[in-house]
Amino acid sequence: MSAVMKAPDVRDEYLASLAPDTNALAGAGSDWLNALRAEAAACVNSLPYPTTHDEEWRFTDFGLLRKTVFASAADISPEVSLTDIAPFVLPESAKSRLVFINGIYAPHLSAGANLPQGVVMSNLAAGLSSHDAVIRAHLAQQLNFHNEAFAALNTSHISDGALVLIAKDTVCPAPIHLLFIATGATADTPQASYPRCLIIAEAGSTCALIEDYVCLNSGVYFTDAVCEITIGENAVVEHTRLQRESHSAFHMAYGAVALARGSNYTAHNIAFGARISRHDLRITQNGEAAQCTLNGLALISGRQIADTHTVMDHAQPNGQSTQLHKCIADGGAHAVFNGKIFVRKDAQHTHAAQQSRNLLLSNKARIDTKPQLEIFADDVKCAHGATVSQLETEEMFYLNSRGLSPLTARNLLIYAFAEEIVDRIPVTSLVKQLSKTLSEQIMEHT
Amino acid sequence: MISSNSKVILEVRNLSASVAGIEILKGINLTVRSGEVHAIMGPNGSGKSTFSKVLAGHPGYTVTGGEVLFEGQNLLELPPEERARNGVFLAFQYPIEIPGVSNSAFLRLTYNTQQAHRGGEELDPLEFHDFIQEKCKIVEMDPRFLDRSVNEGFSGGEKKRNEILQMAVLDPRLAILDETDSGLDIDALRIVASGVNKLMTPDNAVIMVTHYQRLLNYITPDFVHVMRRGRIIKTGGKELALELETRGYDWVDDEYQRAADAHGRATAKGSASAAGAGRAGAASA
Ligand SMILES: Nc1ncnc2c1ncn2[C@@H]1O[C@H](COP(=O)(O)OP(=O)(O)OP(=O)(O)O)[C@@H](O)[C@H]1O
Ligand SMILES: [Mg+2]
Repeated sequence: MSAVMKAPDVRDEYLASLAPDTNALAGAGSDWLNALRAEAAACVNSLPYPTTHDEEWRFTDFGLLRKTVFASAADISPEVSLTDIAPFVLPESAKSRLVFINGIYAPHLSAGANLPQGVVMSNLAAGLSSHDAVIRAHLAQQLNFHNEAFAALNTSHISDGALVLIAKDTVCPAPIHLLFIATGATADTPQASYPRCLIIAEAGSTCALIEDYVCLNSGVYFTDAVCEITIGENAVVEHTRLQRESHSAFHMAYGAVALARGSNYTAHNIAFGARISRHDLRITQNGEAAQCTLNGLALISGRQIADTHTVMDHAQPNGQSTQLHKCIADGGAHAVFNGKIFVRKDAQHTHAAQQSRNLLLSNKARIDTKPQLEIFADDVKCAHGATVSQLETEEMFYLNSRGLSPLTARNLLIYAFAEEIVDRIPVTSLVKQLSKTLSEQIMEHT
Repeated sequence: MISSNSKVILEVRNLSASVAGIEILKGINLTVRSGEVHAIMGPNGSGKSTFSKVLAGHPGYTVTGGEVLFEGQNLLELPPEERARNGVFLAFQYPIEIPGVSNSAFLRLTYNTQQAHRGGEELDPLEFHDFIQEKCKIVEMDPRFLDRSVNEGFSGGEKKRNEILQMAVLDPRLAILDETDSGLDIDALRIVASGVNKLMTPDNAVIMVTHYQRLLNYITPDFVHVMRRGRIIKTGGKELALELETRGYDWVDDEYQRAADAHGRATAKGSASAAGAGRAGAASA
């Protein structure tokens, strides 16, 4: 929409400087991939840098990013050991883990064993030699990067990434942990990395994914991520996404999910980290009777900005979606939630419900929430609601009247508010890990 | 349970309080000794819950006059959490729900906070498990309620039962039960009342706010007070509750008005305004 109005001559030198140089592009991989990357690079070189003048970027000023020069992380391979990553390792995924250091595949930290025949879990570069056709059919197909500078930027950099293929009717018994580790301030020049995930769950299959962005050291770096998921007929995908980057980092991410008939997608989107983060998620129900559950939580403080934009596109009849997004902003933090729901003309009997619930903990913090319903079918049930509240006096008094100090009471209430989302994550050890982070993070900012 | 050597636990003198600029309590006097059960009755809106919440330290109410001593100490200068730790407990008329906080974790946190304050032993989750099982028996609470979020989705009666469970855990010196009986079915009323009786000792005391005699069949009050328009206008023994049940409140009010008028005529000689006992009392505070 907004792209139409943009003048043709909007090339942004900063963006262009992040694009790979043409030499690097030429020898990257197969012809089709090179062509794709070149096409994306051309977009990067011709798209404007998003600013708060764009409707879609109204609340989130990414201007700070361009004050920093980033080097592409591909050149740097610092030594990271299993001990270093131990705090992030999940026992449930002990044998189903792909690890990337600054976006580069780290085989010595990854683990894959005992997975059923129908499960392919590998790095994209390796996958290209064995599964070229299926990758080609799906890569950059769900996500339209032509109008999105940072999605184009990621695409122009594709050389590796995470590949998960779940064959027809296969149940993947363990959650697949895609662990993207930033080493943070280890290099002289701040680094940019371009993590890429391609997930294909064929008809009747079932899998759980954990897409996890963490850092080993604090510091300024830039993550520009894209994740594409294709879900076949009656397949079930449960996707937990954790953004726990350094509080000095920049995190930009695009997700695109396509659902076929009768399929089921559940997302848990958790954002604790980054100085400025933005997550754009577009989910399209391309087949009838698809079901989606979207849970979201942003917990930020200090000068953090966390922006979540979701689009739930009901394109076919009898679809369902339930969304609960929560933001908690303390200090001078700024949380943004924009949740669009489209119900297309053919999507009769759609049930869509969206809740945006927000907790504002300081008078300097800010939360902008905007539910947007666009309904073109007549026989549908759609509901949405948004609340921004402070801690309730009555709740505080109840806890105080039981002897709990105002600080303890406050922390308990914030924790409880956040925990409702964290608790829904299907991986027990992760829930424990996050609950701990949650209480630490809440304590830290009181 | 009145005994001659019982100590004064609560001393309320001429307490007045307002909310949102409206004066609700207009000079309350009440003395509660250890071992005693006091019932406060009175019509809707007379100020019973306001009085309870002012004692517990609700920040929404402003004390505009009078004083409250709890075990000889000025209660009004303490924040609510310190009142609680010192032994004041309010069972809410409308307990709130706290989604996301498990009942057992919450009970343990409040218990350990209390213990830390009293210099007692804190309990780890395992020890607390055994401790709380015993407490659940007092109110015949299904332990499954411990795994749920505090009051979330509890029925009205279940919430009230949970309040008394908290009382059992915190072992207060003074428990103020604001309409704990409302919402309880016949059996639950008997069970919860017998729970309260089990928690009564010669060293603690209970103030029960209630509308109905039936609770007092189970928990025998030593005193029954009638509150009206922010004042205690009559105090009697347990038979007063029976009388109220049959006759309602208006006669008490009439009696009070006549006494106030008489008192007013008597004091008018020495004062320009003769608005009645309560008002004269408040002015002197
Ligand atoms: N926050 C408030 N703002 C305005 N008025 C209030 C507030 N809280 C209490 N009141 C008023 O104070 C008066 C006393 O209320 P309170 O809840 O103490 O009555 P009560 O005796 O407990 O009644 P009930 O038997 O119905 O529980 C009522 O008229 C009530 O409307
Ligand atoms: Mg009341």
